[in-house]
Amino acid sequence: MKKKDANASAVKVPLLDRIIPPKTITLPNGHTVRKPVSRAPFISVIVIAVIWISAVVTGFDFGIIISRGSQLGYILGRIFQPNWSYFGGDAANTSKLMGALFDTIKMSIMGSVIGATLALPIAVLSSTNINKNGVVVWFLRILLMIIRTLPTLIIAKFASLIFGLGTFAGTVAIVVFTFGIVAKMMYESIETIDMGAFEATESFGANKFQSFWSACMPQILPTYLSYCLYSLEMNIRAAAILGYVGAGGLGILINEFIGWRDYESLGAVLLALFVVVLIIENTSQYLRRKLS
Amino acid sequence: MAKTKSLLNADHPLSIEEAYESRPRLWWMYTIVVLIVAALLGWSGTSISYHGLASKGMTIAQGIGYGLIHPDVNLLFNLTNEGVPYQLLQTVAIAVLGTIIGGILAIPFSFLACDKIVPKPVALIFRTVILGIRTIPSLVWALVWIRVTGPNAFCGVVTESVCSIGMICKMYITAIEDIDTKILESLDAAGCNGFQKIRYGMLPQIIPNFISTVIYRFDINVKDATTLGIVGAGGIGAALIQCMNSSRWSMVGAYLAGMIVLMILIELFSTRVRAKLARG
Repeated sequence: MKKKDANASAVKVPLLDRIIPPKTITLPNGHTVRKPVSRAPFISVIVIAVIWISAVVTGFDFGIIISRGSQLGYILGRIFQPNWSYFGGDAANTSKLMGALFDTIKMSIMGSVIGATLALPIAVLSSTNINKNGVVVWFLRILLMIIRTLPTLIIAKFASLIFGLGTFAGTVAIVVFTFGIVAKMMYESIETIDMGAFEATESFGANKFQSFWSACMPQILPTYLSYCLYSLEMNIRAAAILGYVGAGGLGILINEFIGWRDYESLGAVLLALFVVVLIIENTSQYLRRKLS
Repeated sequence: MAKTKSLLNADHPLSIEEAYESRPRLWWMYTIVVLIVAALLGWSGTSISYHGLASKGMTIAQGIGYGLIHPDVNLLFNLTNEGVPYQLLQTVAIAVLGTIIGGILAIPFSFLACDKIVPKPVALIFRTVILGIRTIPSLVWALVWIRVTGPNAFCGVVTESVCSIGMICKMYITAIEDIDTKILESLDAAGCNGFQKIRYGMLPQIIPNFISTVIYRFDINVKDATTLGIVGAGGIGAALIQCMNSSRWSMVGAYLAGMIVLMILIELFSTRVRAKLARG
């Protein structure tokens, strides 16, 4: 916080310090120390204002939760008594649940693999240390940003309108989602790799692709695979609700059971999902630890 | 690796050919990975089949393209409750309140689920509860909460609060486990009491992490809040899905354009604030 007299004007002074100048304290040994005004009151005023506006806009009313909270307990209570006939008790029910469950898993595996494969070349093209063409880099980055802003459910809705109801639409939605997120994470990590090997290989007369393949691929491959696994984890959860807009999988059953207020069956669906998520997450975390 | 090292330390330096010959070979691992992925893909392909476009698929695709290029300008700058600005404000408001409430609710949960602070069985119970909360998709939470609050924006707020707990807790726990306990010992040695130890030894270590987590989650919650409207829990999703169902593509374009701009702004904001927090 010590201020140098020489190039004081060159140092960028924060706006707040220009409005309210910092307090200058002279220490016993003659040095002067500047103590800037505390930011806390200003930030709290802003935060409180934002919360108040949000509460007004959303019609925040805690009383409802207290007066009708028992409803939640009732529903959750029924969800936690799952209908066991979906786990082997009743053949038709079991095959219905397992079919939807496997559809969800298949959609997310297929979508993750295709999306992640498509993402790799785009990620390479949109990292500044490999692609020197600034226009292409920024075009691709903006495109990726727009793709990432679209919620998966909205993409699934579009896909189910275009390709018809079913698992294909869901797969398309997951491909788009995985593509956006993996490409972004990849170009960020490609930019941090060591480019010395790349330059060395190029100086031996290898072309760009050859030197990328032999110098950069070994560096990014573990990261890439770990991002693929991570996106698979997320996709299982995402795929479970896509059926709500008609894109196949567990979502169809969830929609059906909530419509019928059959919360015991909903509990069975959620339990199946819980087990699958648990297995896939643990497997993927184990593999990711191995990779790093 | 070990083999290469021992070769390098030998009396004679390796020629390039020898070094190249002794490179690690992982072809069998690659083959296994490729085979597994291929098998999974083959299995996945069994129930995903392409039946061509839906009967009106092409018209719809054209409509979407047209709507995105020609968004409904009236709707985009309409300040009534139907307009894009108000819908976006409501979406953000749901995310703000949901994130803050979730962030506060997550504090006791994460302390109780941290096995450095409470006995292992207790931590395990709370970890399972957190995992359970995380597994139920936000859409299902919304559909359950609707029975309590009715279909309005408040439902979105409660849904987001509950859904945020899972992920926020996970990151809080990491932050708590990373606390440097030596600082607490030195404060103890300097004669601080319990409250002072928490105030000057613990809070400065965990608060930047907590705020960074909450802001990151806010980013996700805004995105989530845009889809909650599909089930009637407030936010822009309800209007968007209605327009999509009735093929009013220029209105869809307006809502989507607003959403994209909002999400990009929020992402930029959150990245900047988090970078600032990380630098201290």
